[in-house]
This record gives sequence, structure tokens and C-alpha cells, in this order.
Amino acid sequence: MNAPLLQVEDLCVHRGGVRVLDRVSFALGAGETLGIVGASGSGKSTLARAVLRLLEPADGRVRWRGRDFLALSGRELRAARREMQIVFQDPATSLDPRMTVFSILAEPLVVHRLERSHALEERILALLREVDLGPEVLHRHPHELSGGQAQRVALARALAPSPALLVADEALSAVDVSIQAQMANLFGKLRHSASLACLFISHDLRFTAVLCDRIAVLSRGAIVELAEAASLVRAPRHDVTRALIAAARESEVQRR
Amino acid sequence: MLRVRDLTVRFQTGEASFSAVDRISFDLGHGEALGLIGESGSGKTTVALSLLRLLPSGAQVSGRVELSGEDLLGLGPDALNRIRGRRIAMVFHDPLAALNPVLRIGTQISEAVRAHQSVDRRGARTMTLELLRAVGLTANDADRYAHELSGGMRQRALIAMSVACRPEILVADEPTSALDAIVQAGILDLLRGLREERGVSILLATHDLGTAARLCTRIAVLYAGRIVESARTTELLASPRHPYTLGLLRSLPPPLGSSGPVRLQPIAGSAPPPWERPGGCRFRNRCPRAQDDCAKREPELIEIDGRGLACFHPVDAP
Repeated sequence: MNAPLLQVEDLCVHRGGVRVLDRVSFALGAGETLGIVGASGSGKSTLARAVLRLLEPADGRVRWRGRDFLALSGRELRAARREMQIVFQDPATSLDPRMTVFSILAEPLVVHRLERSHALEERILALLREVDLGPEVLHRHPHELSGGQAQRVALARALAPSPALLVADEALSAVDVSIQAQMANLFGKLRHSASLACLFISHDLRFTAVLCDRIAVLSRGAIVELAEAASLVRAPRHDVTRALIAAARESEVQRR
Repeated sequence: MLRVRDLTVRFQTGEASFSAVDRISFDLGHGEALGLIGESGSGKTTVALSLLRLLPSGAQVSGRVELSGEDLLGLGPDALNRIRGRRIAMVFHDPLAALNPVLRIGTQISEAVRAHQSVDRRGARTMTLELLRAVGLTANDADRYAHELSGGMRQRALIAMSVACRPEILVADEPTSALDAIVQAGILDLLRGLREERGVSILLATHDLGTAARLCTRIAVLYAGRIVESARTTELLASPRHPYTLGLLRSLPPPLGSSGPVRLQPIAGSAPPPWERPGGCRFRNRCPRAQDDCAKREPELIEIDGRGLACFHPVDAP
């Protein structure tokens, strides 16, 4: 296995006196996709935010390329942040309603000084192509996009600074069934291209099993099981994993 | 029991006018559960809301919605209030928005009980506790506020309130989509129990075929404001005839633990908003089976042996 890109050790987060994340540890290699599954309230989104330092952990360590990410500041923190991007569940709230698709995608490139202005439009069109969108959406605002198009724009924005880690927090949950499958294939394509590692957070084990190399099961803020995706589904060892599998199987459509 | 015929709902926005729901017809029998399947913009929520005339005042509704022979679309406000809650009740998608944040759960349910039935305060309290027990909540939960309950508990409380007046029909709009997979299963069991034990008929509007398949005896598939296919659930899943239905089934992730290729087979493109629907068949731009005639005329829903289909070039029956 590659040297870990991201190493999380004994990460704890407290909220209102309650420990919502309880000594979570895992490692993520370059290009690897790790699924984080669990019921609502199990701490999935807290974990995503704590790893990215969008909220401050009470205890524990996050190592990014071997360095103490929680101790970084200034230019070093910005450089690390450029490499870590997140896609949220609901594009309607994660995209600025006043900006066009062009400016939404230009912003990260300009902020991180990644593109000179004359090459900007070309780069943005390439990003759109990567998420299967055409140039016709370039000057639209988020409300002029369908839910699936908006989520693709959110994904393109995350990919803009060429990250090494993509955190997808329930990125498929808010889009329609026919679009879910398109997006899942898109994530599948990204997984096999480039050296993009992904933390794929979902309450739906079915997509996670398809898209991830390994899966961690979160319950009450702690990882209760972590295994290769196939073996986790085939031979679950923890009751919570079994309950998630049972729920996923029940929601499968029996076609006979 | 419930007969819907040629239900059409038009909205006026500025100068444009469009139909969100276009000539939809279906029946809901006693103790039956019908699933209205559709993606966003398909009109399923508009259908659900129009049954109880809960649409905004600008909506122009035509057609017939008959409850035991009485046309609900022609009723005055008083007559309508005798139907709402008592004969047809509604379960909404987001229980946090549907529950009152400053009233205890028990108080809200008692209020619903007393609004529709002549019982005193104590009688209402007794009924409330029974209702809470029936949906898997406790007497302690009656004294809690909505924000003190989990998402699943809130939806149970909302269902308790909806069935407080023993309605004959429960209209549920995405009752489980805000909940995680484990909690979803519990809510679906609860709804199934209401149907099987109390004979409540259920109209379930959802985007999720899996949810509908577990609860519903029949399924009607909506696309862009029209029913494109309807059948008994088992038949629909075993042999979908409309290319859209087949596409929806193929979009689902493979069964857990299945090996082999993991590429899903999505439907190309996305559903058009109501003001951009193509002429002819509304699905033709995304349809792998579309031919020239699909652009010329719109296929009507034709029913044969209890199966409805609106397609010129359906998928072959297996």
C-alpha cells in the first residue's frame, strides 16, 4: 500500500459537552476511496468537517502527507486546503445563488492563482466536460440548473484546484434516481482516473459498496468496523454493519 | 373509493402558464396502497396536494377527484374541512416543518383529535397516548417538543397525528426520504401495519421505487406530469414495458454483494422542467427506443387487463 495521504489518529470532537466523534482513526492512501457509512447522527458529517478542519477537533491528530495538519497555518494551510475539496449534499445551498457557473468555477482557480485569465475559460470548459456538462450552462445561475446539473457544478468546483482528496458528503442523496446513477458513474470514473483519493460519506450502503475500496462503519461517533468493501458486505462482524446491510437489502427492488 | 379522472393542474407564473399535472387518472381502492413514482418535477407532489385542495390559490385545477362518489374539487370550505383529516389525511415529507416547534407533541396530537371529534380534554389525552403507542412512541414522548425527537420519531409523531381521526385515506408525500435507511424501514412497516390492520388506503408519492415496492400493491409511474405506466407492483417490476420505467430500474445500484461490472445504466439527460417539455412523447429526448412518430403525437395511456401504458414502442414483454 502507498504511504498514507491522510492519517487520522484518535480524532475527538465535542459539541455542547457531548463527544460526537470518539477516537476515530483511519488512514487513506493516495488514489484510494474510503466509504464512511452510518445512520443519521452517527457522526459522518462531523468526521468530514473535522478532517478538513472546518471545525476544530477537541483531541487527536490529522496528518496530511505526513505533516501535522492541525498545526498548519497561513500559506501552508492554504496550500493543503487547495488539495482537499468537499462536495456537500445539497447543491441548492452549497452554490452561491448570485454567481454564474462561470464565476463559481473561476473562483477557486483565481483564489489559488492556478490559471491566468486568458486560459480561464478554456480550463473551465474542460472542467465542465469532466463532469459531463456542456458550455450552455456557463452563464447560468444555480436556480437555472436542474438538481443533477447543479450537483455536477459543485463537483466541478471541487475538482477545479486539482485536489488530491475529495470529500463527498452524501453527494448522491439529494438528486433524482436517474441522476444518482449518472453521478455514481462519474464518481466511479474519477476513482479510476488520476490519483484522486476520496472519502465517500453516505447512509446508503448500496452505492458505497459499489464505489469504495474499503468501508468504515460509524456508530455513535466511533468506527465500529473497517474492512474491504466486498468482505464487509459478505461477512459483517458488527451488529451495526449487519443492520445497515439488512436495511440496504430491504430497499433493493426484487425484480425476479 | 377514490376516483381521480383527468386531473390537470396549471400554474400561472408571470406571463407563462404551464401544466404541472396533465390529465392524470387513477383509482384507489379500500385498503389498497398506490405508489405514485416520479422524479422531481414529475408532478407527484402536486397530485398529492391537489386531492385535499392544498395547492396555492393560483393553481387552476380541473378534472374530477371523487371520494365515494362526491367530487372534492367542487366542495366549499366547510364541506372540505369535514373531509380533511377525517377522511383523507396527509403525511408530509419534512416532519420538522410540519410539526409546531412550540407545542409539545402530545398537545399537538390532542388538538388534532379535538378539532375533528367531540371528546373532552381527558378523552383526547387518552386517545393521544394510544396513538403514540401505536406508532412506537411512549407516553414520555408526548411531553417532548419536536426538536427533542430524532427524525424517525418526528415522522412517527406526524403519522400518529395524521391517523388521529381514523381517516380512510392517508396521502404520504416522500414520508421516508429525509430519514436514513434503518429508520426508513421502521416507518414503512408502520404504514404497512396501518393498511393491513386498520384498512387505511395509502397514496404514496415517492421518487424511490424500492420504497414503493415494499409498501404498495400498485404503482403508477409519472413522467413530466403524466402517468406513463401503471400496473400491479409485482408485474411492473417483473416486466416493465415503458422505457422510462425500465430506465429507472436499471439506474438502481446492483444488489449488495453482487460481483461483475459495477457500471450503472442511467437514463441519459434529465427530466425537463414543465415549461420546456417537448411536443409528442415527453420522454422521447431521453428514450433509447424513440422513433419519428414519437415526436408527432403524444401517446395516450391505454389500459389493458389492469396495466396502463403510454408508449408507441414499448419494451418487449419477457
